[in-house]
Amino acid sequence: MTYINMIIESPLLRCIAVLILAPTIGTLLSGFDRKFTARLQGRVGPSFWQPVYDILKLFGKQQILVHRTQLAYAILHLFFMMLTLVLLVLGQDLLMILFCQAFSALCLVIASMSVRSPYSWIGSQRKILQMLAYEPTLILLILAVYLQNNSFLGFKVLERDTPLIYSMPLMFISLLFVIAIEFEKSPFDVASSHHAHQEIVKGTTLEFSGPFLGLIEVAHAYEMAMFFGLMVAFWHTSIIMGIVLALIGFILVLIMDNICARLTSWWMVRFMWTIPLTLSLANLIWLWR
Amino acid sequence: MSKFTGKSPWVVHFNCNSCNGCDIEFLACLTPLYDAERFGVLHVGNPKHADILVVTGSVNKKNMHVLKNVYDQIPAPKAVVAMGVCAATGGLFADCYNVVGGIDKVIPVDVHVPGCPPKPEAMLDGIVKAVEILKKKTKETETVTEELPVVIVKPKELPAETAAPATAKESEK
Repeated sequence: MTYINMIIESPLLRCIAVLILAPTIGTLLSGFDRKFTARLQGRVGPSFWQPVYDILKLFGKQQILVHRTQLAYAILHLFFMMLTLVLLVLGQDLLMILFCQAFSALCLVIASMSVRSPYSWIGSQRKILQMLAYEPTLILLILAVYLQNNSFLGFKVLERDTPLIYSMPLMFISLLFVIAIEFEKSPFDVASSHHAHQEIVKGTTLEFSGPFLGLIEVAHAYEMAMFFGLMVAFWHTSIIMGIVLALIGFILVLIMDNICARLTSWWMVRFMWTIPLTLSLANLIWLWR
Repeated sequence: MSKFTGKSPWVVHFNCNSCNGCDIEFLACLTPLYDAERFGVLHVGNPKHADILVVTGSVNKKNMHVLKNVYDQIPAPKAVVAMGVCAATGGLFADCYNVVGGIDKVIPVDVHVPGCPPKPEAMLDGIVKAVEILKKKTKETETVTEELPVVIVKPKELPAETAAPATAKESEK
């Protein structure tokens, strides 16, 4: 226990620990996703560690690159995703965290815009629409946190006595839709899908292969861990209740993934700007003082 | 690293002049009954992400360049499965004027799965065999394919007589 206390108290050790733990949690979550989806469809499904094998295999493959710009932006995508997570763990400004996350997503857009494949272009245009769809909800979420703590700083949340879920239940529901977009789940998986291929083949990650695709997969694992952490933060007073809440949210997203078909990108924007945004605004009404 | 290659073989499927019989049977491998995903098989639509190339149908003079291009885009280590008799020898279409033959005329083949179409069990067996071959390969394994002859088709040049009346008409004016 002394080691754990030492890690929690030192900011540097905490950053290092989270940078190692986050991709592990992210890949385990997607392993759970694939097993759960397979069981829902009546299949045996792959091993629980399958996403780990996939990523390790990708790093052992031949390096084929379209051009260097593509690689530079793939690395920036990973770097800014790591920075987002570090800022979150250090309890920094939530707005800054949102900007870092948005820039990380933009790097992926630029990387897939820099090649000549039309499928990659369509994928990145849809990724921009996805960002347009979820960013207002995230900004309202941060605004709601500000209204309760009178501060944009992340660590002020941890100093509260009551969990956020008591005062922001509707915000949590709209966050689930944001998470469905970020995890590339149906009906929102318009830009790039994890399951099989789609009408635009693989969308944003189409022109990446081998270790460079591995970089993007690692960044995705960081992203999954970050959003899982956000769900845990809704019940920060008890870590067990937080994890239970986050798992329930994750399973709800997976069930929605399995019962829905992929819909169009503009349907996604219309939906996100009506139902989740209205839920968030309704939640803001009783927080406004 | 090579031991993980065997654990997550991503398959890309290329229909090379096939009658679609093998393609339907191959997609049946992904259904809950056969569940190819328990071996880590993922059906990707993009050769740049794939490890195993599954080819159905015979090669003809038009699509041999496409097949070679798809093969060259797969990063090493990679394996090729020739699915069905058409991909092995040309099968039913072997005597057609445009058919070159089996896909081994164009790219190196690791596993032949016979049948018209093969049963899904045989197809899964073929993929598992390809995975075993894939494990022995590394990313330095030579995968260069032979250059194919490029046939340029041009319209014939017009004979001199057709040009002559035109000039005659102009002179009449």
